[in-house]
Amino acid sequence: MAENTLIKTIFGRLTLESLPIHEPILVGTFIVVALLGLTIVGAITRYRLWGYLWSEWFTSVDHKRIGVMYMVFGIVMLLRGFSDALMMRAQQAVSFGANQGYLPSHHYDQVFTAHGTIMIFFVAIPLVVGLVNFVMPLQIGARDVAFPFLNNLSFWLTVSGGMLVMLSLFVGEFARTGWLGYAPLSELAYSPDTGVDYYLWSLQIAGVGTTLSAINMVATIIKMRAPGMTMMKMPVFCWTALCSNVLAVAIFPILTAAFLLLLLDRYVGTNFFTNDLGGSPMMYWNMVWAWGHPEVYVLVLPAFGIFSEITSTFTGKRLFGYSSMVYATVVITILSFLVWLHHFFTMGAGPSVNSFFGIATMVISIPTGAKVFNWLFTMYRGDIRFELPMMWTIAFMLTFVIGGMTGVLLAIPPADFVLHNSVFLVAHFHNTIIGGVVFGLFAGMVYWFPKAFGFKMDPFWGKVAFWGWTVGFWVAWGPMYVAGLMGTTRRVHHFDDPTLQPWFVVAAIGAVIILVGILGFIMSIVVGIKNRDKLADTTGDPWDGRTLEWSTTSPPPQYNFAFTPVIHDLDAWYDMKSRGYQRPEEGFRPIHMPRNTASGVILSGLAFVFGFAMIWYIWWLAALAFAGLVVVSIGHTFNFHRDYFIPAEDVARIEHARQPLPAGA
Amino acid sequence: MPASRCRQVREMSTQGHSAATTIADRDTWHLAEEDDHGHDHGGGATYIGFWIYLMSDALIFASLFAMFGVVSTSYAGGPAPREIFELPLVALNTALLLASSITFGEAMPHMEAGRVGPTRIWLALTGLLGAAFVCVELYEFSNLIAEGAGPQRSAFLSAFFALVGTHGAHVTVGLIWIVVSLVQMSRHGLSEDMKRRVMCLSMFWHFLDIIWIGVFTFVYLWGVLR
Repeated sequence: MAENTLIKTIFGRLTLESLPIHEPILVGTFIVVALLGLTIVGAITRYRLWGYLWSEWFTSVDHKRIGVMYMVFGIVMLLRGFSDALMMRAQQAVSFGANQGYLPSHHYDQVFTAHGTIMIFFVAIPLVVGLVNFVMPLQIGARDVAFPFLNNLSFWLTVSGGMLVMLSLFVGEFARTGWLGYAPLSELAYSPDTGVDYYLWSLQIAGVGTTLSAINMVATIIKMRAPGMTMMKMPVFCWTALCSNVLAVAIFPILTAAFLLLLLDRYVGTNFFTNDLGGSPMMYWNMVWAWGHPEVYVLVLPAFGIFSEITSTFTGKRLFGYSSMVYATVVITILSFLVWLHHFFTMGAGPSVNSFFGIATMVISIPTGAKVFNWLFTMYRGDIRFELPMMWTIAFMLTFVIGGMTGVLLAIPPADFVLHNSVFLVAHFHNTIIGGVVFGLFAGMVYWFPKAFGFKMDPFWGKVAFWGWTVGFWVAWGPMYVAGLMGTTRRVHHFDDPTLQPWFVVAAIGAVIILVGILGFIMSIVVGIKNRDKLADTTGDPWDGRTLEWSTTSPPPQYNFAFTPVIHDLDAWYDMKSRGYQRPEEGFRPIHMPRNTASGVILSGLAFVFGFAMIWYIWWLAALAFAGLVVVSIGHTFNFHRDYFIPAEDVARIEHARQPLPAGA
Repeated sequence: MPASRCRQVREMSTQGHSAATTIADRDTWHLAEEDDHGHDHGGGATYIGFWIYLMSDALIFASLFAMFGVVSTSYAGGPAPREIFELPLVALNTALLLASSITFGEAMPHMEAGRVGPTRIWLALTGLLGAAFVCVELYEFSNLIAEGAGPQRSAFLSAFFALVGTHGAHVTVGLIWIVVSLVQMSRHGLSEDMKRRVMCLSMFWHFLDIIWIGVFTFVYLWGVLR
């Protein structure tokens, strides 16, 4: 007995049974992941890259490197999230009538929860944050973000959260509640295992990272624009990044508070969202959606910005209606706060409340529509170059508009009463998130890849990725619109009605076509690296760009710009090119830069341990990790040597190594 | 690059707005010299960054206030505010916290003038008042729990403990920050870095005061009136 207590004190509720040795699918996954991990670790060790990775990347405070790390993390997590999608599609394609499919329901429920959680928090957010991180400081002519260390910390906190979710695959279970963990299902009474705790702690840790990053980006845009760049001369991508991050600052605290209260319910026994003792489960729904709806705009606004940059670059024209684009972005930012209740019209708030939120939702389509027309008018009579970024943009316009229209349909409360929680709704939000955010991210990655690495991605495999995604998307989600309209509900592990099966079989085929798209994307990077000499960008301006990031080399030097640029026009680089700008070749000065630090990695590692210990009730370890967090944080503030100067000779050497500019052209 | 092009445009604001009108020379493409602590490392961005952080923190409190508002009468057969709140104790606590804001205010002119000694004394006094506040709050909490009015009793009490407790936790963080500042000031004096940090701490401390006024009004006074 005493021995049992001792083991419980040391390991909390972690036992050997927590390891899923009895589940062949998970064991197989674990073997594959372990082999892959060992190969990567082995390769890094073999080529002695640990030191380089540690000092040049992991501890880097350079916004460009942090941006690239965000992108790598997002793409790795995309593979995980997409595996979940394939598993769900396979299960639903076969699980009809007598056939129960290959996934037990408690596993299936974890798969759809993990899919949603990962795709939003650990794919879409890191990819958007990564692009903003990389591009925005270059576009505003800054040398870094306002708080470089905070940037590094934000990244590693996000990784910590992602690692906790990944860990739940092999140690214990993940939540079975759906990606927002609705109460009261997520309460201890109904979800007593570790699943919801994994969910809550990983998102709390990652959420701190996202909030800090958003604060950082807003401060950067407000305070660090190059001289001459008034707000209305700022590239549209920076405007959308500003609005997106203002939104993030405003909404993530709500999510943090909601999760904090749910954690208290689960750990302390309070009664916020319980069914009894006065708890209010619907308050949880209100809070998570007060975060959740604006969150989709946090993601899609930067995508809109990407499309704006690309449309104007590849049509060789100034963006049509720049100021209307800016105002539309701001209006969307504000309106996105006034619509959260449309996620639960069925709550029973009454016709007047539902009407308000229904109309507010429909109103959002007006500024969004204005944006679509702006892009169309930019293209009108433009000299359009159908390169990959432009192809993604056109696919976006065709796809996203339909997603928007089904959204307006769902905004009508009576229609929503029929379609609530149907796969029609699931098709709608995949239509907007894939068609808007994901296509935008791919467009952005193809567009800025040469800036980050000095060579383009392989265009052939890029086209495979493009066609795989666009065709696959419609084959996968077209049938879901139909099945949903006929009343199929979401998150279902098994169907009784065999007439629905063809739709799900087609959807599964669509998912496989998307897989081709994902593999094509990876191939376009791999083949691009292989052919990097042929695809090299020596000018720094491979697409005949118009904004400031194209005025420096590809990849940009650590300090971005040898001299802080002065801006005279909205399309600053186009203005420089067309008015005979010549690059300075003398008069270099030492450049003041922030120093790398390991504090971000250490703090995030401790946060990971803290989260793990809390999930498994290992109180001593949690206390230790928490104490470690406090001590390291305080210790970090005692370090006053956070900057150094790049000597003028080094700057001169780097600048003279550049190719002569084709400028004045 | 002809040297003549490298014009010095240091007077131009990095803030864009005013710069637009001052850039007369459209052939100036870059700054020849720049302030090291100007726009490029965000020294000036710290305050706005900290303000934005405070606003995000305010939204955590807003959420907790909203939660409290929704369940503020969900007593579930348990005690109501009138039966458990001791207003004299809360008045004492409010006085302690408001006084600590005044003492912090006293520290600031000394800090601006670079007088390390008085700055530390006033900050230490602020810390003592803050610590007294936290102690009184803990005393109140333990009394409530002993009376059977703990956070598990009803949604109202859950929300009460969460809101007041989160504020108390913030004050505790502020206390740690004050101690760290006192230590750092003894080592580094009042460098620019230190001044900036104490300024942020000051904003944090006054912010918590404002939140407390909301707690005092909506939780305690309003609760007892009801």
